[in-house]
Amino acid sequence: MTATDIRPTTDAVLNIRAKPKPRNMGQIIRWLLLFLGGIAMVMPIAYMISTSLKWPHEVYNVNLIPEEPTLENYTYVLEDGRFYMWFINSIIIATLTTISNLLFDSLVGYTLCKFKFPGRQIVFIAILSTLMIPTEMLVIPWYLMSQSLGWLDSYWGIMFPGLMTAFGTFLMKQFFESVPDDFIEAARIDGLNEFQIWWTVAMPLVKPALAALAIFVFLGNWTAFLWPLIVTNSVEMYTIPVGLSGFGDEADVAWELIMTGAAISTIPTLVVFLIFQRFIIRGVVMAGLKG
Amino acid sequence: MTLYRNLTIKQKQIVWAWAFLALPVLFYTIIRFYPTGTAFVISFQNWNLLGSRTWAGLENYRELWNDPVFWKVFKNTFAYLLIGTPVSLVLSFIIAYHLDKLRFMHSFLRMLYFLPFMTSAVAMAWVWRWFYQGVPIGLFNNILASFGIAQIEFLNSTTNALPAVLAPAIWAGLGFQVIIFMAGLRAIPTSYYEAAKIDGVGWATVLTQITLPLLKPTMVFIVVFSSIGFLRIFDHVFNMTTNNPGGPLNATKPLVLMIYDTAFNGFNMGYAAAQTVVLFTILLVVSLIQLRLLRSE
Repeated sequence: MTATDIRPTTDAVLNIRAKPKPRNMGQIIRWLLLFLGGIAMVMPIAYMISTSLKWPHEVYNVNLIPEEPTLENYTYVLEDGRFYMWFINSIIIATLTTISNLLFDSLVGYTLCKFKFPGRQIVFIAILSTLMIPTEMLVIPWYLMSQSLGWLDSYWGIMFPGLMTAFGTFLMKQFFESVPDDFIEAARIDGLNEFQIWWTVAMPLVKPALAALAIFVFLGNWTAFLWPLIVTNSVEMYTIPVGLSGFGDEADVAWELIMTGAAISTIPTLVVFLIFQRFIIRGVVMAGLKG
Repeated sequence: MTLYRNLTIKQKQIVWAWAFLALPVLFYTIIRFYPTGTAFVISFQNWNLLGSRTWAGLENYRELWNDPVFWKVFKNTFAYLLIGTPVSLVLSFIIAYHLDKLRFMHSFLRMLYFLPFMTSAVAMAWVWRWFYQGVPIGLFNNILASFGIAQIEFLNSTTNALPAVLAPAIWAGLGFQVIIFMAGLRAIPTSYYEAAKIDGVGWATVLTQITLPLLKPTMVFIVVFSSIGFLRIFDHVFNMTTNNPGGPLNATKPLVLMIYDTAFNGFNMGYAAAQTVVLFTILLVVSLIQLRLLRSE
């Protein structure tokens, strides 16, 4: 990295630059304030989980640690069966959508990056321009389309709008730039066809980018609300956010049960984050800077 | 097959490229471009989903112009943008700036700030909604009560409801912006700071003369990204006001919620489509203005 190159790099964010300073008062105060701020940031999550572990009589006490922790709320919510169903729906939808994005976004990104062919620029600009079209503008036509094709209230109906994204395509294209053309040329001479070159030579070289894309697409679909809300009618087809929204709105649902539902929808992504923290933060920076 | 074998390498490449692109091009045409066109077309029609579609000319837009609810919604949408974007920009910069200077438990602190970004908007909207309830239910008012401070009406007040709904949206996005800022800060070569140190320049000068100017590309990205997010706010508002979506008295209703209501509760597809065209225009104009303002100088 030269002195004039000030583009942010993805790995720099993970390394701590600050040199150990003498433990002066200023540093201690800075640390304390940031620590308190950080604690405040996780309070909503902490209260959600704590309340999901409380007995009804304790729910409205402000203490964070439950006096007698119980899994009663989880048993109740899961025995009800609906959250279990919605959880499975969300897993299936988010997984299939992620796979589709990994395949198609990278295939398109690769083609636009490594092939010379008439129409390349037009296709690239056309796909890029879809970034300017807000989803909210498309939901009405998508709904009408789904209605006439019988896609309402089905997995396919929930998934089809997100099977490919311009964001992912652009991200992958950026990363394929770093794959040397010589590698591809060499593979071509070895007699591999173009599909094999993409799959066995180029794809393994952009694994970090694929992982970053997977995180974004999965998280996006796991938390997606507006379109699943519109396209589903029956309780069996709801995704977790749509189900939770309806559940919270039912009359006489106790707050501790809503918190339990919220925790069920949040804990999986939190656990994944805690396990792959460094990796996910790197992915977020990558996607943020290059996407 | 012989036909393929007779092609030159260059021609073969073209065949492969279009073979790879065939399905995606079809997808983008049918699922992105065609619906965009449809949205524009429907915005010039009258259609309640059951009856026939009739041409309405500019009637939907005229109705929108004369609709007091639309102007209320328009104001709310910009309130979300004009409060949300600067507040989250300043907060995330302050956090990133100081976090960058710390070593002790650095990644733990970073995790605390980033964790909310991994949550689902719907789930957290319900958590915050519970916080905002009155005594004896809501956490905030219970805490206030224990100090003997008067109750605050959050979601039931026409003045407090909008900031109350906005708070969790800012909260959830903060971690992402902090990480992006940190990446931007790390990209500034240490030699700049060392030179400043040798010259004996104070921290305020370093901040305004080195750090902030060099962070400009990062800020452009964050401002554009978060503005688009706030202009499209929906999940938080919908879930925190399900008993009266966008209430009280439309005090929290953003444009996307109005679109949803008009289209899927009122089934007034033409009117809703006209609203989506307005949203599209706002997003386009705001991002173009910001790119121009922040990029060039």
